[in-house]
Amino acid sequence: MCLGIPGKVVEVHREHEILIGKVDFGGVSKRVCLEHVPEVQPGDYVLVHVGFALSRIDEAEARRVFAFLESMDQLDELKVPSP
Amino acid sequence: MGASSEPATPLAALLGTCPLPFMQYDRVLLGHGSGGQLTADLIQRLFVPALGNGVLAALEDQATVRLPGGPEGTPGPRIAFTTDSFVVRPLFFPGGDIGRLAVHGTVNDLAVGGAEPLFLAAAFILEEGMPLADLQRIVASMRAACDAAGVALVTGDTKVVDRGKGDQVFITTSGIGTVPEGRSLSIHAARPGDRVLVSGTIGDHGIAIMSVREGIEFETLLESDSAPLIGLTRVMLAACPGIRCMRDPTRGGLSSALNELAAASGVGVELAEAALPIRPEVHAACEMLGLDPLYVANEGKLIAVARPDDADRLLQVMRQHPLGRNAAVIGEVVAEHPGMVVLQSLVGGGRVVTMLAGEQLPRIC
Amino acid sequence: MKYLDEYRDAGAARKLAAAIARTVTQPWTLMEVCGGQTHTIVKYGIDKILPPGVELVHGPGCPVCVTCLETIDRAHAIASRPDVVFCSFGDMLRVPGSHGDLLQLKSQGSDVRIVYSPLDAVNLAAANPQKKVVFFAIGFETTAPPNAMAVWLARRRGLTNFSLLVSHVLVPPAITSILESPDNRVQGFLGPGHVCTVVGYTEYEPIARSHRVPIVITGFEPVDMLEGVLRTVRQLEAGRAEVENQYGRAVRREGNPHSKKLLDEVFEVCDRKWRGLGSIPLSGYKLREEYGEHDAERLFTVGDIRPQESSECISGQVLRGLKKPHDCPAFGKTCTPRTPLGATMVSAEGACAAYHAYGRHLQAEGADATPALLPLGRGG
Repeated sequence: MCLGIPGKVVEVHREHEILIGKVDFGGVSKRVCLEHVPEVQPGDYVLVHVGFALSRIDEAEARRVFAFLESMDQLDELKVPSP
Repeated sequence: MGASSEPATPLAALLGTCPLPFMQYDRVLLGHGSGGQLTADLIQRLFVPALGNGVLAALEDQATVRLPGGPEGTPGPRIAFTTDSFVVRPLFFPGGDIGRLAVHGTVNDLAVGGAEPLFLAAAFILEEGMPLADLQRIVASMRAACDAAGVALVTGDTKVVDRGKGDQVFITTSGIGTVPEGRSLSIHAARPGDRVLVSGTIGDHGIAIMSVREGIEFETLLESDSAPLIGLTRVMLAACPGIRCMRDPTRGGLSSALNELAAASGVGVELAEAALPIRPEVHAACEMLGLDPLYVANEGKLIAVARPDDADRLLQVMRQHPLGRNAAVIGEVVAEHPGMVVLQSLVGGGRVVTMLAGEQLPRIC
Repeated sequence: MKYLDEYRDAGAARKLAAAIARTVTQPWTLMEVCGGQTHTIVKYGIDKILPPGVELVHGPGCPVCVTCLETIDRAHAIASRPDVVFCSFGDMLRVPGSHGDLLQLKSQGSDVRIVYSPLDAVNLAAANPQKKVVFFAIGFETTAPPNAMAVWLARRRGLTNFSLLVSHVLVPPAITSILESPDNRVQGFLGPGHVCTVVGYTEYEPIARSHRVPIVITGFEPVDMLEGVLRTVRQLEAGRAEVENQYGRAVRREGNPHSKKLLDEVFEVCDRKWRGLGSIPLSGYKLREEYGEHDAERLFTVGDIRPQESSECISGQVLRGLKKPHDCPAFGKTCTPRTPLGATMVSAEGACAAYHAYGRHLQAEGADATPALLPLGRGG
């Protein structure tokens, strides 16, 4: 029920005065209502739930956990193992 | 839990002690056609006990039988015999149609048993009012599919039912082929240490069908993988005559085929999620629809169980064939957890790949 | 798929699991409150790669499961009417009411349709002016904006034949209800990621403070969940009780202002009965008075509804995280996805259904696995 999938906005237009877009989910496209993310531009990623975009995906935030994991690695490297 | 009277067959006795709940239905459910647990139940509890014979009870994809002997006591030839019905909706879908499916499905059931498919029969149940142009298109498609597969459709039947009593057309195809002496592939033959291979990407057919069904249309064209596998099985068996078993994972997907194999051979199967070949579009569609590709139907793929020493060579041979370009080793047969298929997930934890309980995608093939 | 597949990376998952193991010095019990998160845990075996002291329990995270029987019976009564086209998400189709399910009604001739989006139901209403199109609007806050948009659009387009049967449930009151239960053993929460993309997480801050529980708003992929667990246990070990946002790529503290504005216009908060948990005050949405002509509950009078729950079912305890599915004697035996006895088995996202789908009834935790199917006869 909380199935939210990330997809890339390919194009945006209005239908019945509602903002609609074509969103590409890694090779499969679908029409999505973008009315609640009016600031999105083609190229942006959105989180989609039942044909409706709930929010825009923040690229910097998305990278955060991987930067955190890298820093964990670097900390480990600093601990020199005994020969 | 078991019946109140004596069990009819040893199999029925075994099922009486089964920990799964006895399916107490008095009517057919859509799920009985899914290729999962309910289908298996219906076959094991209703059909096999009534028709009881050893060949049927083995429940291979095809029946390999020996015809009566020739003159002076020479053994009769071995033939493989199979039948399949096709009720797919919609009738025409990206990558095929019900006719093409009907030819490939039966050819493949023969091919995975190690047979050389030769002749098909086709029976049509038509609904009053079906456009003849559609029927013509379907039959032309069947002709093309037969030619490509090297089989001839030599006999058939046609019936018509009242409008509303049959959904445009249902097709049943039966097929026969020859089986060379000494060749015996079987779902009972898998042994611990064997490797499990798949000939290519999984889930293509089921997702192609889903993608054009009402309410779920995608904007991308996803095609069925419907194809005749005889060319592939021929080169596979030529290179590795010792292949234990091959199956075509149609409805119920890889899960049903492997669960049945595990149960029949009394072995466990361990799969690696990271090794499963899947097209990015099919992966995306499955994510969007909340489907697991292991349960989605395939119509141009096979799984093969090979002895450990044969696996690498078999993989190379498969990859050289157009229908095996994306072949991969996806798992191993083990002695542990007999009858159960376990998947090692992408992140390391494991889970059981259970048989499909109900119907995931009705009218999928 | 970008922003999905990289969160399933084995290396990242291993590192996070190792970090969790290094962090914990005592046992902790964490609850997640989203069916999607339950699924991820069972599907990827997340609980199996966590150190033994960290226990994950499952909360009332499946809105299908917690939809009360009265509502389901009401839906079926409406769907049976010949002038109605009843639209629903696929998950509701096989949920049994007191007399069968929507799929059976469909096979008996009722016009029941699966739609992918509530907006599709609006289009159906436009295309079928002579029929009454009803959409079964259940879900958490996540689904409320699409549902609100559907009814707002219908009103704007003058589609008087379109209505919603609303049974929305809200997460914060459910969390509070669980925490206030005398036998509660939950010490930290993985907050519902998609719910919070809509409404934000300000409502969880007073809960964290007053009940002294850390709440980490978490995403749905294995890496998300493991990071969520890590951040929660770090707080627990340090004696902190704050709201953190693990799912920052999709969630902002204030949520989505456009969605919130529309929700406020269309819905109002009301008391709601949760299957398995009982009635929780101010835990649901209903349509506002101004949208009354699109409220299926007002438009359709149905007969006396007397639902009956199974006495064997322990859903209530499962939903509160007090028991696991395999603690129930009926699990996998008289209670299966095909023959569900109660809330947590009726939908694929219920804890019992999820456990069953991934074969947990076949593996007693820590014991030998038993075979799924007995071998077929070796005749031939």
